[in-house]
Amino acid sequence: MGRFIAKRLVGMVGVLFAISVIVFLIFNVIPNSDPAARIAGKNADAELIARVNDDLGLNDPLPVQYVTLMKEIFTGQLTSYSSDLNVDEQIREGIPATMSLCIGAAIIWMAFAIVFGYLSAVRAGGKLDTMLTVLALIGISLPVFWLAAILLYYLSFRVQLFPTGGYVPLTEDPAQWAYHLLLPWITLAVLFIGFYSRLLRSSMLDVMNEDYVRTARAKGLSERQVRTRHVLRNSLIPIVTLFGLDFGAVVGGGAILTETVFNINGVGLYAGEAIGSLDLPPLMAVTMFGAFFIVLFNTIVDILYAYLDPRIRLGSSAV
Amino acid sequence: MPGGEVPLHLDLSGSAVGLEGVEGRSPWYLAYLRLRRNKVALAFGGLFIAIVLFCLAGPLWATHVAGTDPNTNHITDTIEIGGEETDVVAPNGTPLGPGLHAKYLLGADQNGRDVMVRLMYGGRTSIYIGVVAALVTTFFAVLVALLAGFYRGWTDSALSRFMDVIWAFPVLLLGIALGTALAVGGLKLGPIVIAGDSLWIPILIIGFVYVPYMARPLRGEILALREKEFIEAATAQGKGSWRIMFTELMPNITSTIIVFFTLNIANNMLLESALSFLGAGVQPPNASWGTMIADGYQTIYTAPHLTIVPGLMIVLTVLSLNVFGDGLRDALDPRAKIRLES
Amino acid sequence: MSPRATASGPLLSVKDLEVGFATEDGLLKAVDGVSFELARGEVLGIVGESGCGKSVTAQTVMGLTRSSNARISGSVEFNGADLIEASDDDLRKVRGESIAMIFQDPMTSLNPVYKVGKQIAEQILAHRDVSDKEARDRAIELLRDVGIPHPERRIDDYPYEYSGGMRQRAMVAMALSLEPEVLIADEPTTALDVTIQAQILTLIEQLNRDRDLAVVLITHDLGVVAEVADRVQVMYAGQVVERGTLDEIFYDPQHPYTWGLLGSLTRLDRPRPKRLPQIAGQPPSLLSPPGGCRFRPRCPHAFEQCAELPSLEGRLGKRSEHADRCWLQPKEKESRRSVDGRIGLGAPAA
Repeated sequence: MGRFIAKRLVGMVGVLFAISVIVFLIFNVIPNSDPAARIAGKNADAELIARVNDDLGLNDPLPVQYVTLMKEIFTGQLTSYSSDLNVDEQIREGIPATMSLCIGAAIIWMAFAIVFGYLSAVRAGGKLDTMLTVLALIGISLPVFWLAAILLYYLSFRVQLFPTGGYVPLTEDPAQWAYHLLLPWITLAVLFIGFYSRLLRSSMLDVMNEDYVRTARAKGLSERQVRTRHVLRNSLIPIVTLFGLDFGAVVGGGAILTETVFNINGVGLYAGEAIGSLDLPPLMAVTMFGAFFIVLFNTIVDILYAYLDPRIRLGSSAV
Repeated sequence: MPGGEVPLHLDLSGSAVGLEGVEGRSPWYLAYLRLRRNKVALAFGGLFIAIVLFCLAGPLWATHVAGTDPNTNHITDTIEIGGEETDVVAPNGTPLGPGLHAKYLLGADQNGRDVMVRLMYGGRTSIYIGVVAALVTTFFAVLVALLAGFYRGWTDSALSRFMDVIWAFPVLLLGIALGTALAVGGLKLGPIVIAGDSLWIPILIIGFVYVPYMARPLRGEILALREKEFIEAATAQGKGSWRIMFTELMPNITSTIIVFFTLNIANNMLLESALSFLGAGVQPPNASWGTMIADGYQTIYTAPHLTIVPGLMIVLTVLSLNVFGDGLRDALDPRAKIRLES
Repeated sequence: MSPRATASGPLLSVKDLEVGFATEDGLLKAVDGVSFELARGEVLGIVGESGCGKSVTAQTVMGLTRSSNARISGSVEFNGADLIEASDDDLRKVRGESIAMIFQDPMTSLNPVYKVGKQIAEQILAHRDVSDKEARDRAIELLRDVGIPHPERRIDDYPYEYSGGMRQRAMVAMALSLEPEVLIADEPTTALDVTIQAQILTLIEQLNRDRDLAVVLITHDLGVVAEVADRVQVMYAGQVVERGTLDEIFYDPQHPYTWGLLGSLTRLDRPRPKRLPQIAGQPPSLLSPPGGCRFRPRCPHAFEQCAELPSLEGRLGKRSEHADRCWLQPKEKESRRSVDGRIGLGAPAA
């Protein structure tokens, strides 16, 4: 198991390195992201631009620039081109809000997806299944930002049930924290509930045809025991894999739309602002931050997967 | 009954229940029969076609009914409603809402533009991007899957690692960043020059980021097919690699490609609207449903129809594609063979 | 034949069982009017090609084919109680407790994510009010009974850590855990190596002898049946085409299909024929079976009368349960079934 984890961690570093290089190249190849001209202002003469370029080290060869940038990210010295604020600090400040949003939404989406998917599968072909299928398909067809806007308009503005956005730290007031996050949680969860309940349904229908489910019935287990211990347990394996990937993706940038509409000052909102001003350092840092989470959860999932499905463990220790 | 709710699926692939005597009908014909029986999927497929026709009719509506093109402002105009002169945009900035009048059927926006006309034209952009980006994704995904699955070994490892890297990108973040950067000055890469406001920028971004999502499962199918005897037979006959890839392997994944393609259009339209909403997608003077929402959202509290209407169009279009794609998958999936009769 | 068969009526009695499945191509009739009785301590072999309905018959006895698209009629009585109409809960009590089943593929019949011991204990716990520890001890004992070495250690292995033969032994151990009266073995040896096959058959035979366990042995292989069965029932296209004692079926087979099955047996005690005989053609579609005798399209001996379906009845005029579905005269059969000095389907009469 130790070697298995070590192998995954090495792979993880490799992918992160590749991503950082690609992001760096993309923003250096695109000509109009020349930061010096923008920082120096509209009426800057060539001399000023040259000085700014020099200050930022933009005259160095690309590999040197890359190394400098990465060094600054990891030592926490990276500052934004446009605002002089420390990038790592800004990201760190955004993490609690982003995590609050993502973890809450993830709990909601998994809970509902499992219940809906399970009911859909055991009633496959019935009225309840049809209804849940329709709901799920609507869920995956809603643009997240639009759903957020509509919920805000009707529930916060017209009916005034909820606040119109913003974020209250958990440490400040837990009740207000949850109250402010409820709509964002639901917004972010809807798409995934639809997607995951469909996935669990088809996964369960596949597993129901497995020989070992027939064995479980032949043993004289009750239908509920067959469904939970044998069908559901085995159907969750692919779902958990995907959950890890999606959770990583949501933390690593997927929540940006929800944060923008609900005005939650998390990492996503920060990224949105940085993008607006084409500010390379925060963009680099946030992309790395996002990629880090995606790859991290990828790795966690691989390890968890090995735990859930004993066959994988054998395969890995044999390698 | 135990399992009584769920139709029992029998494995009819082998001879377990003696189906080999049934006269051979092509799998495509069988899929067609199954799809024809799925009224819900057909209805939503029809809805998608209706939406496409609606959008294509934009110029007709613009000249013959609304009497304005989608981009002309009418801030100071008035129209006659029920014999009364009414401002298209009220002095306080509130635009006309939807109502039963040929002009401004769905109201006006802040600039006095006809929402109905803009909706039809915007839909053309949204659907166009969705479809063309899906073609881009499909082309590259199939190519990657064929190469990785056929050559395996080194080629497969390299392509798969590359897919891993794209997969690990924060897709939305990358899309937004690229979209914003390219929108400023376009793309100049050697002989390729794309203007900043070209639709090709969102198309290429969207088409590119979804490649791994389609390539991975297709690669898995190719790898499985690669083991089958008919590939060995083709190799033994001395057929070349490319011929085997395109005449032997490709036809066997066509049904999967069709399903993915349909669902991919839906996803592309969602991503396009998100990018446009954040200003990183379609750029003026082009309009899409996403940019319409982005504009309308500024005044959601005074003119909610500017947000609601284009959003509903996105939902309907994406939903129709999702339901139809779902029905297609059921029809093409041989496991769905035994189904509830009543 | 078992002498104990008559005392208090049969243990298991299946009458006119019909099982159909609604498919999008129409009703697929997998089992069409099958009847049989099983006495305490008896071994009944059900033989036929894949798709003949033998597995569906066995699974229907256990209620495992119940589903919204299944159409089941006829009766299955166990100790006098009907199982077709039984409630889920009553049926559940019979499964594993009185009638146990083992399946063809031991690779897929155990849940890959649970330890073997846990899966055996699960069955005990589902029926008996015992502690986890007691169930576990019992599972160890059972694994030892079926010949798993070091059962106290192997009980905590996952199925993938067992070989195919060990997995089937574990399945047998599970089936035996509550000392059932009937064991239904559905192709228990098909997926195993030849040497392992013999071991599993010996195990089943031992259990039948030592514990007075009644066994329904389902197989496509007459060779397997020859080893252990008391009586044999041959099925074709959802129907029983011949039934009798083991000796009757092997030495005086009446139905051409049985001849074909016997002819395709490889026998090591005879010179190997130039070409291993086989039954030409495919079994008919169960969606629209041919009218008349179902074997007619593949039968080289078919004649006009075969257009009418023969009933399953004794045609030898002796007091025996040996019955078949073939219009040919018994005398005629004797001459036609002899091919190169052994029994075979033979060639069409020139």
